[in-house]
Amino acid sequence: MSAPQVLVIGGGLAGLMAAIRAAEQGATVKVFSLCAPKRSHSACAQGGINGAINTLGQGDSPKYHFEETVYGGDFLANQTVVKGFTDAAPRLIYMLDRMGVTFNRTPEGFIDLRRAGGTKFNRVAFAGGTTGQQMLYTLDEQVRKLEEKGKVEVLFPWDFMEAIIDEGGVCRGAVLQDLTTMEVKAFRGDAVIMATGGLGYLFGKSTNAIINNGSAVSALYQQKVTYANGEFIQIHPTSIPGDDKNRLMSETCRGEGGRVWVYKDGKPWYFLEEWYPNYGNLVPRDIATREIFKVCIDMKMGIDGENMVYLDLSHLDPNWLNQRLGGILDMYEIFVGDDPRKVPMKIFPTVHFTMGGLWVDEKQQTTVPGLYAAGECDYQYHGANRLGGNAMPACMYAGELAGNTSMAYIKGLDKLTADMPETAFASAQKKNAEFDASIYKMSGSENPYLLHREMGEWMTTNATVVRYNDRLQQTDDKLLELIERWKKIGVSDSTGWSNQVVPFTRQLWNMLQLSRVITLGALARNESRGAHYKPDYPERDDANWLKTTLADYTKDGPKLSYEEVDIQHVKPRPRVY
Amino acid sequence: MPNDIRLKIKRQDSQSSTPYWQEFVLPYRPSLNVISCLMEIQRNPVDATGKKVAPVVWECNCLEEVCGACSMLINGKARQSCSALIDRLEQPVVLEPLSKFPAVRDLVIDRTVMFNNLKRVKAWINIDGTHDQGPGPRFPEKTRSWAYELSRCMTCGCCMESCPQVNPSSKFIGPTAIAQVRLMNALPNGENDAEERLAALMEPGGVAECGNAQNCERACPKEIPLLTSIAAINRQMVAKSIFGALNK
Repeated sequence: MSAPQVLVIGGGLAGLMAAIRAAEQGATVKVFSLCAPKRSHSACAQGGINGAINTLGQGDSPKYHFEETVYGGDFLANQTVVKGFTDAAPRLIYMLDRMGVTFNRTPEGFIDLRRAGGTKFNRVAFAGGTTGQQMLYTLDEQVRKLEEKGKVEVLFPWDFMEAIIDEGGVCRGAVLQDLTTMEVKAFRGDAVIMATGGLGYLFGKSTNAIINNGSAVSALYQQKVTYANGEFIQIHPTSIPGDDKNRLMSETCRGEGGRVWVYKDGKPWYFLEEWYPNYGNLVPRDIATREIFKVCIDMKMGIDGENMVYLDLSHLDPNWLNQRLGGILDMYEIFVGDDPRKVPMKIFPTVHFTMGGLWVDEKQQTTVPGLYAAGECDYQYHGANRLGGNAMPACMYAGELAGNTSMAYIKGLDKLTADMPETAFASAQKKNAEFDASIYKMSGSENPYLLHREMGEWMTTNATVVRYNDRLQQTDDKLLELIERWKKIGVSDSTGWSNQVVPFTRQLWNMLQLSRVITLGALARNESRGAHYKPDYPERDDANWLKTTLADYTKDGPKLSYEEVDIQHVKPRPRVY
Repeated sequence: MPNDIRLKIKRQDSQSSTPYWQEFVLPYRPSLNVISCLMEIQRNPVDATGKKVAPVVWECNCLEEVCGACSMLINGKARQSCSALIDRLEQPVVLEPLSKFPAVRDLVIDRTVMFNNLKRVKAWINIDGTHDQGPGPRFPEKTRSWAYELSRCMTCGCCMESCPQVNPSSKFIGPTAIAQVRLMNALPNGENDAEERLAALMEPGGVAECGNAQNCERACPKEIPLLTSIAAINRQMVAKSIFGALNK
């Protein structure tokens, strides 16, 4: 009998962890990625990974980590699964340490910890200011070892087009495109694990890499796989505004003592410290973002009247800062030209993290058997707002779990895809190749990159920090207009080799469909919870809205329905910092 | 303030086709980088003569100089195009693909060789498995902090491009893989396989082929101490051969 075949789509932390776990249990794994796994967006995670390892003796424990995560997420996350990842976080940090992540150390050589928002414990293990990069490289090395043993094959650059779902509604593989040869190909997979990250690129500029376009999960949504909590998009309070993207400046800058201020009456005004004496600059991201908006937009007190505030590290010892935050301080200096060790940085909020994602059960399985999702592309760990430092433990945990549960699922199958007839795979391949060919032929007057920019501007203006129902409705009307205009795109590159316009055009269609899910989910939810804020409905409304949004594709747009949230461990209470 | 931005780009339609030059003129805006210019060409794919062309093909992801994807030659220097700011570059800004790697299309090159080199030297920690083994070994911060510098290598290829010993008639593994051996050998769990990694660097194309041109460290966008690392590996090898001889 052949070995089980697992397809992992995405080579970031969640995808590589899933691949390692599945390979350890005897699967042959193919990892498909848009880029070399080392270049995945996980490399951009700066601050670190939360885990209550308590090496500083502050009395932290996974229980506090769990409770603060649920509270930080404004009670929208299913609590039992959150408990799963917060309990596992110390073990995952130790595993990464054994693999060789260069975590900063205490004087005695234990793993050092620093603070992030929404907690008073030092809980973030970190490797300078580039923790995600070090973690990603370490998993990449482990995967390279498995490649040498012939257990894993890594293929890039490949773009996901569609899952192969049989008549019984079971996932049997995927169709992808080789972005160099442009070949469209069907692959058999006894389980398919999606680990394609977030969707910041829908908003044009964000802290995300430009490959984070949500295209793969949108393709699945259009295949009737349920998408959940789409309206929950995290806006990070501190980024460096740029022309091509807005670059992240880690929350742990504030964890290490950074202060946010603007001038008031000629003197620095530390407005977060004044308004939140308990947590100060380390209030959770949704709150810090709204307050920066208030200062800049409502009070018009941004730096020189512009939409920016200071993030100040200049009072701290530069050598110590280099040790703790080196990589990102260099980045600020390169892109802005000022040395943040000497002068305050200028920052403004931007789109950062996708709390929503493909609906999954407690085993990371989507609504389609055999199809799994893990990492930022799943919906289930962060509720309405993610805490700083929680992205990486959640995606490591989800990846590990998906690797395990997909293998358990495969063991229960009667038949592996290797033994199935070619027909279904050939027809899925043909269908997608025909769709690809139809894009090559598009000869209208619209430019896909301009349409993308227009979409991003509308989404950023109307579906981020402050949301109004009339503007959300106008945004959906705009998206429908853009969908019509998409059909009039002219493809400016007809080459059948390393063509970037054709896949981008396909991805743009998917981005437009997913933007509707975000916009209409936000329109429907008449309350304020975590990152979702409506001035016309300023309070959290547990009686009506303590529920998960489910979006199912229909040709008339997303059909929304709702599901109860698991609140069996911590009773919801008002969220006050 | 200039009115426009002039770019001169070396293009190539496929792996084996003949390269050609194309010029572009874009409206000036302050604080652009090379990537925002290439994005502008995607939005309006027209060359300096007004002729419609296919947009320029290049590779990029993070745009904040941590992913290593967007390496190219910019005014003759190998560097990341995301951190190459137009306001600090002489015009016309000349863009070419890195020359030491197989061409794919336009500015895209194939850096598979660098990942294969990491396999050659076994640049990984040989853990028992991902199951729970409790905390890892302790690690002094003093060692950790220089090891961290090495762990920031993005495999971008700038050091390979600048090294005269990396050329079609040589098998030289290049500075990256050597520095990664130094990193792995310094990690507390990595020492066990140190000898094997050194042995890989003693083979043809190994560290002996370094010509000491010292270009690599200057070319590295992350200022990784590549020269010190090559010297350290040489010392580890001497120690290994002396120790090996004594043990016979």
